[in-house]
Amino acid sequence: MPDTNFEQPQTPAATPLAMTLHVNGRDHLMALDPRTTLLDALREHLGLTGTKVGCNHGTCGACTVHIDGRRHLACLVLAAAAQRRNIGTIEGLAGPDGALHPMQAAFVAHDALQCGYCTPGQIMSAVACVAEGHTGSDAEIREYMSGNLCRCGAYPNIVAAVREVAANAQQRS
Amino acid sequence: MAAVAATSSAIADAALELIEVKYEILPFVIDVEDAMLPGAPILHDDLFTAGVEPKATTASNIAKRVAFKLGDVDAGFAEADVVVEGYYTTQAVHQAYIEPHACVVTVGSDGQSLIYSSSQGHFMVRAYCAKLLGMELSDIRAMPSEIGGGFGGKTVVYLEPIAMALSKQTGRPVKMVMTREDVFRSTGPTSGGTIAVKLGAKKDGTITAATAVLKFQAGAFPGSPVQPGCMTCFAMYDLKNVTITGYDVVSNRPKVAAYRAPGAPISTFATESAMDELALKLGMDPIALREKNAAKDGTKTAYGVTFQNIGYTQTLEAAKNHPHYTAPLGPNQGRGVASGFWFNIGGESTGAVHVNEDGSVSIVTGSPDIGGSRASMAMMAAEVLGIPVEKVRPVIGDTATIGFTHLTGGSRVTFATGMAVTQAAERVRDDLKKRAAMIWEIPVEAVDWKDGEAVPAGANAGGFDPMPLAAIALKAAKTGGPIIAEVSVNAQGAGPGFATHICDVEVDPETGHTTVLRYTAIQDVGRAIHPSYVEGQIQGGAAQGIGWALNEEYIYDKQGKLDNAGFLDYRVPVASDMPMIEAVMIEVPNPRHPFGAKGVGEVPIVPPMAAVANAIRGAIGIRMPHLPMSPPKLRAAMDAKAG
Amino acid sequence: MSLSYASPTTVNEAVALLTGATGLTKILSGGTDLLVQLRSGRVKPDIIMDTKKIPGILGIIETEAGFVIGAATPGAVIGEHAGLAAAYPGIVEAANLIGSTQVQGRASLAGNLCNASPAADSVPAMITAGAIAIVVGPNGQRAVPVEQIVIGPGRTSLARGEFILEFKLPKPAARSSGAYLRFIPRTEMDIAVVGAAVNVTLDAAGVITHARVSLGAVAPTQLLVVDGANAIIGSKLDDAALAKLDAAARAVCNPIDDKRGTIDFRIKVAGVLARRAAAIAVQRALGQAAGTKH
Repeated sequence: MPDTNFEQPQTPAATPLAMTLHVNGRDHLMALDPRTTLLDALREHLGLTGTKVGCNHGTCGACTVHIDGRRHLACLVLAAAAQRRNIGTIEGLAGPDGALHPMQAAFVAHDALQCGYCTPGQIMSAVACVAEGHTGSDAEIREYMSGNLCRCGAYPNIVAAVREVAANAQQRS
Repeated sequence: MAAVAATSSAIADAALELIEVKYEILPFVIDVEDAMLPGAPILHDDLFTAGVEPKATTASNIAKRVAFKLGDVDAGFAEADVVVEGYYTTQAVHQAYIEPHACVVTVGSDGQSLIYSSSQGHFMVRAYCAKLLGMELSDIRAMPSEIGGGFGGKTVVYLEPIAMALSKQTGRPVKMVMTREDVFRSTGPTSGGTIAVKLGAKKDGTITAATAVLKFQAGAFPGSPVQPGCMTCFAMYDLKNVTITGYDVVSNRPKVAAYRAPGAPISTFATESAMDELALKLGMDPIALREKNAAKDGTKTAYGVTFQNIGYTQTLEAAKNHPHYTAPLGPNQGRGVASGFWFNIGGESTGAVHVNEDGSVSIVTGSPDIGGSRASMAMMAAEVLGIPVEKVRPVIGDTATIGFTHLTGGSRVTFATGMAVTQAAERVRDDLKKRAAMIWEIPVEAVDWKDGEAVPAGANAGGFDPMPLAAIALKAAKTGGPIIAEVSVNAQGAGPGFATHICDVEVDPETGHTTVLRYTAIQDVGRAIHPSYVEGQIQGGAAQGIGWALNEEYIYDKQGKLDNAGFLDYRVPVASDMPMIEAVMIEVPNPRHPFGAKGVGEVPIVPPMAAVANAIRGAIGIRMPHLPMSPPKLRAAMDAKAG
Repeated sequence: MSLSYASPTTVNEAVALLTGATGLTKILSGGTDLLVQLRSGRVKPDIIMDTKKIPGILGIIETEAGFVIGAATPGAVIGEHAGLAAAYPGIVEAANLIGSTQVQGRASLAGNLCNASPAADSVPAMITAGAIAIVVGPNGQRAVPVEQIVIGPGRTSLARGEFILEFKLPKPAARSSGAYLRFIPRTEMDIAVVGAAVNVTLDAAGVITHARVSLGAVAPTQLLVVDGANAIIGSKLDDAALAKLDAAARAVCNPIDDKRGTIDFRIKVAGVLARRAAAIAVQRALGQAAGTKH
């Protein structure tokens, strides 16, 4: 509670809700305001700031995370509704030895970023895009990556990185 | 003004709701032409138009008038066989960086302050905060956080001084973060404006006279980029008779901030659309018309500078010869060409090079990295020192650890900060030679530096084995101490940037929806230090320009309130809106830079709006003079033409 | 005042929560609209009720009679259902247009409907498919045609304590198909400026025997355009029928001028999209007929 002595304003200060979030393979027991979004839970309470805030309205894609392997916007998910699900963030993408995920390596190799702010969301989205099989053509990649804004306009290189990872995944399978 | 600090955002929100604000609704004016009319609501009763004769005596929304003149336009129009005139408008657009403004500050009880914020210049942050809070610069230490896009919009402060005042009162660190809506409503977009253009030419395409009148929105306070808008709009051409007049006009909008090549995209949309009209009227190929009038080395601009070492005609040549320019077009498709100019600047920068004890090298600069400049700094230092770039680690120093550096903007960092780093690396290299000479006990003139090693300059120097940088570093203590150099420059001679873009579009004749099919951006980059980053800058500028052309705009409701303060209705291009943008780099080296670099980040946003407009003109046979060229406007124009 | 989060596991429990609460209870389906409203302070509920644990509210069941789609089924799941995609391609393409792929991971048909935006993409497609909403509440269960749920921007015909459990779609007749098209200024990530859905059934000769036409974003609610359907029934969608459909679509429009489009533009484009959606629906129905030929 705040250590202030002014009269508490009439805020809907909710009773904290106990919840367990399973993030990047680990359980985190937390007590959060029921309105807390998964985005705020990750950033403000678990210190996982790799998931970025661009709009908080589901319109930019910067907060894309994985829930049970599917891509979701952490700003549009209540933390409470994400209990008992496998939540994956950019911090959990690299291997335990620190080896980059192939998509991370491809983003580096193709210079698929300029300022880098949208990049964690782009990479999380791109990993899901490949898994969904939406990589049949550059146009399909662009369509299925259109939920992630890149104002620097690095789209050509982002598409190239996704294309490469998809091709390699196909070769392996 | 009121501000609330709290221990959670929920408490802060609740506290804000308890503050009652009473507003007196005053008459307002949004549009720039309306703001200039007699009888318009006057925003500031102490604002008098600067730059007019006789001196203004009544308050006006026109903050400033600027004018540039060359030759005699009346005589020029009298010589013309063909004249085209047009009136163009553009809307305010936002830089729309994905990272909203944010900061964390601490003001200590002794007044010593620390600012962490994401900006295009932490020395700028320090200066504004010191001035606003009446502090000494040395009491504030501004730390450069990683920056999630700026494009000019983070060259001023919004949150930091408020956070400092709150921190001072509470004695606690204060964090402030803007919402996306805050970003759109309370930070500066760039101006919308109106531009009247008139061009006169002889039958062979020689332009005999050109005039432009620019009226730019400044927002609620003076300071639109109308002056650079005036200076750039005809700079691609060698004109004998030209007048350009600009007005900086206040209206009830957010105060504008810089956006990539401030002013130039607005004015150039008009002048390059007019060039297309002129080509049509003359029956000339648009590139041929531009070649006929192109600025070359020795061309004097209307704003006084005489160009040297410019590469404009080379971009036209490359455009003409590019397969894109002659590729066949289908039904409802059109092709447009447009060019653009940006000054690029130099200015004050500091770079330091430290040779570490293990032979690795650290570089410190004062330039926030908004597009990969750290990599370019490392590459330039590695080149001078003859070592692999992986051995060089570039960092950005805070205001207490590196010398003053002007902000990241004006396409200046690779040029000016790169110059400081290169010179510092050269000093380090000279020092390394000196140290090797001491160890070998030979004169310094007898030592050469080659591939990261000291070598004897010749057979007479002695039979020493090459001594690598790391070996010299290890013995630094014995040869005079740490091997470092810090160089500050006020860099002059930034080479101007020119670009020519080719754009193909297809317009849906029933909905007015424009699809950009193909885009080629050709640019003189001086010398590309990091080619793929340069390509990225070119593609990024073109993408932003295409957004500006087609869908981006500040929309106001009838009450004068911004109606689209979010990414849903402020439509920046998404991946599927963009074609592959091919970047073609022309290299006309800048002799004033050690590696020939010119600024590259800004000029690519200058041509796209006219390139798209000219392509739409080709596709539907209608000139679209008003941005954005959104589907309702196109459909209405097509209906009007059909009658 | 406090706020709580509830995730009931039965319909009765949910109805009790909705009727028992003293303050405002907001239903969390996918949450793509609600969370934005919460954050902006536009709604300040006392209870957020997550319906996703109620049996039947998630998932798609194909039956002899047609399809049952759980009200909270996310768009992404709808998009991946091969049977539904074959029977009602218009619904699937509409669900796949709501926001980004990430948003489709959560956004649901019930949420899209009950948010009651005139621009909701899935609603015209659901209307033309003849979808029935199964509404549950304190007085039991009732079946309501989708076009009767929304009564104005932000307003529905659901009574206090009621919510949608599922949608029922009839098994489509042979040689039937549908399409949904929307107009947006960009290519993705936008709100419909105009939406048009058409469902058709053809006879063996390719003549349209049954049709439903619906428009979105051109009136306070989505419209079922009976005159538009009548304009093409009995035709093979020749130019004359298309022109009549275009005119009928324009005639019912009652749009507003706003930041997304003008009245004039919306009316004209409604005609264009109705024609184009009808053409796609007929092509799909013909393709289906060809595919099932013995």
